[in-house]
Amino acid sequence: MFYGFAVVTVIGALLVILQKNPVYSVLSLIASFFGLAGLYILLEAPFVAVVQIIIYAGAIMVLFLFVVMLLNVPREDAAEWDRSHPLYRPMAVRIGAVLAVALALELGWALSRTAGLSAGVADDRPAVSSVAELGKVLFTDYMFAFEVTSILIIASMVGAVVLARKRED
Amino acid sequence: MSIGHYLVLSGLLFAIGTAGVFLRRNLITLLLSVEIMLNAVNLAFVAFGRQLGEVDGQIITFFVMTVAAAEAAVGLALVIGLFRHRESLNPEAFTSLKW
Amino acid sequence: MADALAFLTSPTFIAYSIIIGIVFGGLQIMAAVMVYAERKVAAFMQQRYGPYRVGPKGLLQPVADILKLFFKEELRPKAADAFLFSLAPIISVAAAYLAFAPVPFGAPTTFFGLLDEPMPLQVSDVNVAVLVIFAVASMGVYGIVLAGWASNSKYSLLGGLRSSAQMISYELAYGMALATVVMMAGSLSLKEIVDTQSGYWFGFIPQWYIFPQMIGFFVFACAGVAETNRAPFDFPEAEQELVAGYHTEYSSMRFAMFFMAEYINMVTVSAVAVNLYLGGWHGPFIPVEYGWIWFVIKLAFLLFVYLWLRWTLPRFRYDQLMSFGWKVLLPLATVNLILTAAGVLYFEL
Repeated sequence: MFYGFAVVTVIGALLVILQKNPVYSVLSLIASFFGLAGLYILLEAPFVAVVQIIIYAGAIMVLFLFVVMLLNVPREDAAEWDRSHPLYRPMAVRIGAVLAVALALELGWALSRTAGLSAGVADDRPAVSSVAELGKVLFTDYMFAFEVTSILIIASMVGAVVLARKRED
Repeated sequence: MSIGHYLVLSGLLFAIGTAGVFLRRNLITLLLSVEIMLNAVNLAFVAFGRQLGEVDGQIITFFVMTVAAAEAAVGLALVIGLFRHRESLNPEAFTSLKW
Repeated sequence: MADALAFLTSPTFIAYSIIIGIVFGGLQIMAAVMVYAERKVAAFMQQRYGPYRVGPKGLLQPVADILKLFFKEELRPKAADAFLFSLAPIISVAAAYLAFAPVPFGAPTTFFGLLDEPMPLQVSDVNVAVLVIFAVASMGVYGIVLAGWASNSKYSLLGGLRSSAQMISYELAYGMALATVVMMAGSLSLKEIVDTQSGYWFGFIPQWYIFPQMIGFFVFACAGVAETNRAPFDFPEAEQELVAGYHTEYSSMRFAMFFMAEYINMVTVSAVAVNLYLGGWHGPFIPVEYGWIWFVIKLAFLLFVYLWLRWTLPRFRYDQLMSFGWKVLLPLATVNLILTAAGVLYFEL
């Protein structure tokens, strides 16, 4: 089960960045989110899984799709890229590639040295998956963060409206 | 499944997201790649939360999702605004500070 | 191997298969019946006869329609995106069927003593059923949006865009209306929500949530009609403006799949409304073992209301739709949510 969902998630994510057409990118990301939702269910967090579908796949991605369709975005064209940008100089590209490989190696090294990685996720403790329990913690211990989030949402809402508004002048 | 499996998967997703941000030249795909990275982090949180038997991992996930929603709304509004000016979504088309 | 065989022949497995079959076939039959009912009700309201030539009273009309759609040619515009064009109706119809899975339609039964333990009359008893329905319903919009985009036709695209904007706007009010009922029942499982509605107030008023939650029911009904793209909110396919909206370019079985998805969605929304607000399978006179009879009666009534609305109310203007959703329904739902929260705290602490 884990490997099935993991493969769906990773392939979906890969397709997002490999596809030229933004509509297909959005769709493969949705597929990837479904894989993630499956993983959350395996982790005994059904509420997170459902919220993942409702918010990510059901709302945010519809928004993306809406914008892609509204703008009728041109397909990304390789020839359009500005090759004269300083970051495209061969030297810079090589240094960047070396750094990326170094980062990957470091990550692998760090993972190989970390203890306890093979401990099963579900071995030690029972899962807390009841919605009531979640709500209790969210509205007591995380009260402050919750309120701050509401301010964030108001700010982003106002920002989006101001940005998308047509200029009168 | 061990915690390592989830961490490796999460790291892989994060790497894919990062690669997308660096390699793609389309504002929409950049935003999508950021979403992949956020989800990679979510997965790690939920996996750790499950291992520790705490709800905190799941709760952080909700906050991340809220931030992602806010980010998507503002980001897409910006994209629409930029597209109105330049008829392009290539981030390199927006190099001048004023037009 | 022996385990698998024992499992496949166990009464529980067989009973579940039967239930899945009933739901799957039932939804299909419901869709066909709704097509017929729609035309008959429309005819009745406009003082016409409606279909009457195929079979007695035109009862075989849906069969004729289905046969016709089967044998029609599949057309696909040259400029259409082939993959998404075929995928869109599949998403629509799959989401429509899937949304009914966590909906219970009767009290747990032993099938007249055939089973040792009573089993619930539903495909799957999920403990976050309300959210699952909400999630699957929000998937249905992709079918419409993708159909609109993939057809590469301006009418379809407009239909798809309108539909996505409409669904996002009304989903909020829909969710708030669900939340009030969930709050009163204290559970996210539809079965438990129905079970809290079994008693009577003052001995004769059934404890259905429609009575304390009239505002909530109103919001739910409006948002539900909007979510299923039915008149007076049928913008994605407004005939007079957009030819046929998102399915303009579709023909034959692909068109039939959209059609079926629309009617199945109506059935699902009505069934959820029955469970949430009208007491599900509880009702006077009929013992709870035969509660599904009450369920079907209530369902049929709500479906009739759907048709009634369509042939009574004219379509809104698009800006009216948006301002109604954001400026009337959403504030109303929010106030209702706050009042309900206060009420729950006051009465039950």
